[in-house]
Amino acid sequence: MKTRWRWLLPLAAVPVLALLAYGFRLNPRDVPSPLIGRPAAAFTLTGFDGAPIALEALRGKVVVVNFWASWCYPACYEEAPVLEQGWRAYRDRDVVVLGVDIQDRDEAARKFIRDFALTFPNAPDPDGKVSVDFGVYGVPETFFLDRDGRIRAKHVGAVTAEVFRTHVDALLADGTR
Amino acid sequence: MIPEIGTAALLVALALAVWGALAAALGARRGRTALLVSAEHAALAVFALLTAALGLLAHAFLTFDFSVRYVAFNTNLGTPFYYRLTAVWGALEGSLVLWAWMLGLYTVIAIARHRASARELYPWVLVVMLGVVAFFLVIMTGPAPVFARLSPVPADGRGLNPLLEDSGMITHPVALYLGFTGFTVPFAFAIAALVTGRTGDFWITTTRRWTIVAWYFLSLGLLIGGWWSYHVLGWGGYWAWDPVENAAFMPWLTGTALLHSVMIQERRRMLRLWNLSLVVLTFALTLFGTFLTRSGVIASVHAFTQGAIGVFFLTFLAVVVLTSLVLLAWRWETLGAQGELDAVISRESAFLLNNVLLVAAAFTVFFGTVFPLLSEAVRGVKVSVGAPFFNQVNVPVFLSLIFLMGVGPLIAWRRASLENLRRNFLGPVLLGIAAAAVFRLLGVGSALAVLTLALTVFVAGTIGLDVVRATRARLRLGEGPLRALGRLVVRHNRRYGGFVVHLGILVIAVGITGSQAWSVQTETTVNRGEHAELAGYRLRFEGLSESQESNHVKVTGRFTVVEGGPVGAVLLPAKKFYPQEQSPIAYVDYLLGLKDDLYLVLGDFARDGSHATIRFQVNRMVSWIWIGGVVLTLGTVLALLPERRRAA
Repeated sequence: MKTRWRWLLPLAAVPVLALLAYGFRLNPRDVPSPLIGRPAAAFTLTGFDGAPIALEALRGKVVVVNFWASWCYPACYEEAPVLEQGWRAYRDRDVVVLGVDIQDRDEAARKFIRDFALTFPNAPDPDGKVSVDFGVYGVPETFFLDRDGRIRAKHVGAVTAEVFRTHVDALLADGTR
Repeated sequence: MIPEIGTAALLVALALAVWGALAAALGARRGRTALLVSAEHAALAVFALLTAALGLLAHAFLTFDFSVRYVAFNTNLGTPFYYRLTAVWGALEGSLVLWAWMLGLYTVIAIARHRASARELYPWVLVVMLGVVAFFLVIMTGPAPVFARLSPVPADGRGLNPLLEDSGMITHPVALYLGFTGFTVPFAFAIAALVTGRTGDFWITTTRRWTIVAWYFLSLGLLIGGWWSYHVLGWGGYWAWDPVENAAFMPWLTGTALLHSVMIQERRRMLRLWNLSLVVLTFALTLFGTFLTRSGVIASVHAFTQGAIGVFFLTFLAVVVLTSLVLLAWRWETLGAQGELDAVISRESAFLLNNVLLVAAAFTVFFGTVFPLLSEAVRGVKVSVGAPFFNQVNVPVFLSLIFLMGVGPLIAWRRASLENLRRNFLGPVLLGIAAAAVFRLLGVGSALAVLTLALTVFVAGTIGLDVVRATRARLRLGEGPLRALGRLVVRHNRRYGGFVVHLGILVIAVGITGSQAWSVQTETTVNRGEHAELAGYRLRFEGLSESQESNHVKVTGRFTVVEGGPVGAVLLPAKKFYPQEQSPIAYVDYLLGLKDDLYLVLGDFARDGSHATIRFQVNRMVSWIWIGGVVLTLGTVLALLPERRRAA
C-alpha cells in the first residue's frame, strides 16, 4: 500500500480515546433514579426521640429525605452540618428535613446525632424497608420531595449548601405557582 | 523521616529514569557508547531506588507508621503480619510502587540479557522501558503519593479491606502485575524495531520467551483471581465479566493471539505488520486495564479510588497508542509479507483464524466493557451489558478456538493434502463423535456441554495421536518407551510445552463446562440439630460459636457432613464483623473435590444459635479449573526450557 492513507491509521484510535476521555465527565455511581417524578412511597417510622414520623402527614410541605449512617465517613459527616443549617434556615418556610438512618447500631447513630447536634427529625429504618422503597444504593443519598409528595430530585453523595438551596428553592418556587 | 526518604528516593528515581531514557536515545542516535552506559547505570539505580521505596513502605506497614496516610488507610493494629505485607499493594498507591518495581526489575533483566545480543535494538528498548517507568514514577510522586503524611496522626489505622485478607491476595496481584508489566518488554522491542527499521524477525525471536513469561503470569493472575473470587466472595462463581476482570482478560486474549501469530512470522515471514500491531495492542490493553481499574470511569466492584490519576493514564495511553501507530505508518513499506498464503486448508490459515477469533473476542469484551460509556455518550442513557452478552458472544468463539486448537498443530504448513487430513484427523474426529454419543448416553442433557466435551476429546485425541506417533518413531531408534517419550518432549520442548499448555486449557474448559452445566444450590433455614440436603449430600447444623479475632469478631456455624460426602467432615462457614465495615463479611467454607465441591455460606442467624440461614451449593468440577492451571504451569515451564534440538 503506497498511498498516503496509512497516515490515517493513528486517527483510528482517536474516537476510542475520545470516548474514554468523555468518561471523566460522568460519575459512574450517579445512577439515574426511575423514581423521579413519581410519588414517594409512604412510610411511618419511629424517631430516635420516640415520636412517630409519617411522610403522609407532611403533604403540602417540601420534604428533604436524607439517608445516612454513622459509619459513612466522610460523606455523611460532611453533610450533617449542612442539613442541620438548611433545616434551621428553611423550617419556617414549610420545609422539612427528615433523616433516615440505615444499617446502623443504635448507640452509634445516637452519638452521631448528638455530636452534630441535629435537631431535625431522625429515625432508624430497622428492617430497611424505606431505603428499599426509595431505591437507595449507598449512603448518603438525599431525595427532594415536592408539596404533593412526589420525588423531584435525587442527590448521591454529600449534600452541599448549594445543592440543598438550589433544590429546595426550586421546589418552593414551584409550589407557589 | 522515613516517609520523606521514600519520597526522595522516588523523585531521584524519576529524574534518573528520565535521564536514562534521554541518554539511551541520544546514545543510540549519535552512536555514543558512554551515553548508553550512563543510561544503563541509571536503569540500575532506578531499580535500586524502587527496591528501597518498596522496602521503606513495607517497613512503614510492619511498624504501624500511621503518620503515612496510605498505611493508616490500609492497616490497623489488628492486621496480622502477613496481611500487613500484602497491604503494601492492597490499594492504589502501593500497587503502583510494586508495579514500577517490577518494571524496574524487567528493565534490569532486559539489560543483562540483551545488551550484547541485541546491540541495535537494545538502546531503544531501554528508552521505552525507562520511559514507562518514568511515567509510573510521575504518578507515584504526583497524583498518587504513596508516602504522603497524615496529620494529625491517628492512634489506629482504618484497616485493610477485609476481602483482601486472603492468601490469594498475596499472589494474585503479584502474578497479574508480572503479566501486565511483562508485556512492556515485547512492546519495547517492537518500538525499537520500528524506530531502527529492523522490523525483520529478530525482535520476534528475541522476545518469544518474554511473551511466554508475561502471558503465563497473566494467565496465573486470572486463575488466582478466579480462585479468590470463588472462595472469598461467597457467590460460588469464579468469573463475572466484571470490568476489572475484563481489563485483565483483554490483553490475555491478544497476548494469546500474539503467541501463535509469531510462529507464522518465524516460519513463513508473514504477518509482520500484524504482529507489531498485536504487541502494541496488547501493551495498550494492559494500560487500558490499569486505566479502567484506577480511573473510576466505569463502575466496578473492585474499582480503586478515583481521582486525577485517570487523566494521567489516559494521556499516557494516548501517547503510547498514537506514537506506535505513527511509527507503524512510517515503516509501512518495510512491513510487507515475504511469504504468502498458499491455500485455505493449511496451518497458516488455522493460525490466522485463531488470531481473528482471539482478537474478535478481545474486541467484544472491550465493546461490552465500554458500552456503558458509549450508550451514555450517544443516547444519554446508562446501560451496562452483563454476563449474558459476554457469554452469548464469546461461547461460540471459544468453542471454535478449542476446535482450532486441535487442528492447528497437526495440519500441514502451506497446503494440507487430503491424505494429511485423513492421517491426522480421522481418528480424533471419530473419537470426538464417539465421545459425544457416550456423554449423551450418560445423560448429559445440555447440547452445549456435549459439544464442548466432544471438542475437548477431539483435541486431546489429536495431541495423543501426535505424541504416540512421534514416540513410536523414536522407539524404532531402539529407545525404551518412557525414555523415548521423555526425550521427545525435552528435545522438542517448544512443541510439547505448547501441547501441555493446550491440555491445561482443555482441563479448564471442562471445569468451566461442568460447573456451568451441573452446579446446584439452595438457600434454606435450618434449626440446630436438623439437616440441610442437596443433591444427595446431607449436612447437620450443630450450632454457632462466637470468637474474637485480632481485628474482627467472628460468628462461626458448625456443619457436619452426615451423608454423601466424606462423612464426619466439618464445615465452618462464618460471618466476620469488622468495625470499619458497614456490613459483615461472609467467610465461606468448602470441601473441594474432583467432582463436587461442597460450598457453604452462612447467612442470617439467630443470636442464640437456634437456627441459621445458609446458602448451600454443590459446585461441580470447579477444581478442574485450578488443576488446569497447574497443567498450564507445567507446559509453560517446558516451553521455556532451553532448546536442545541439535543433540541426537
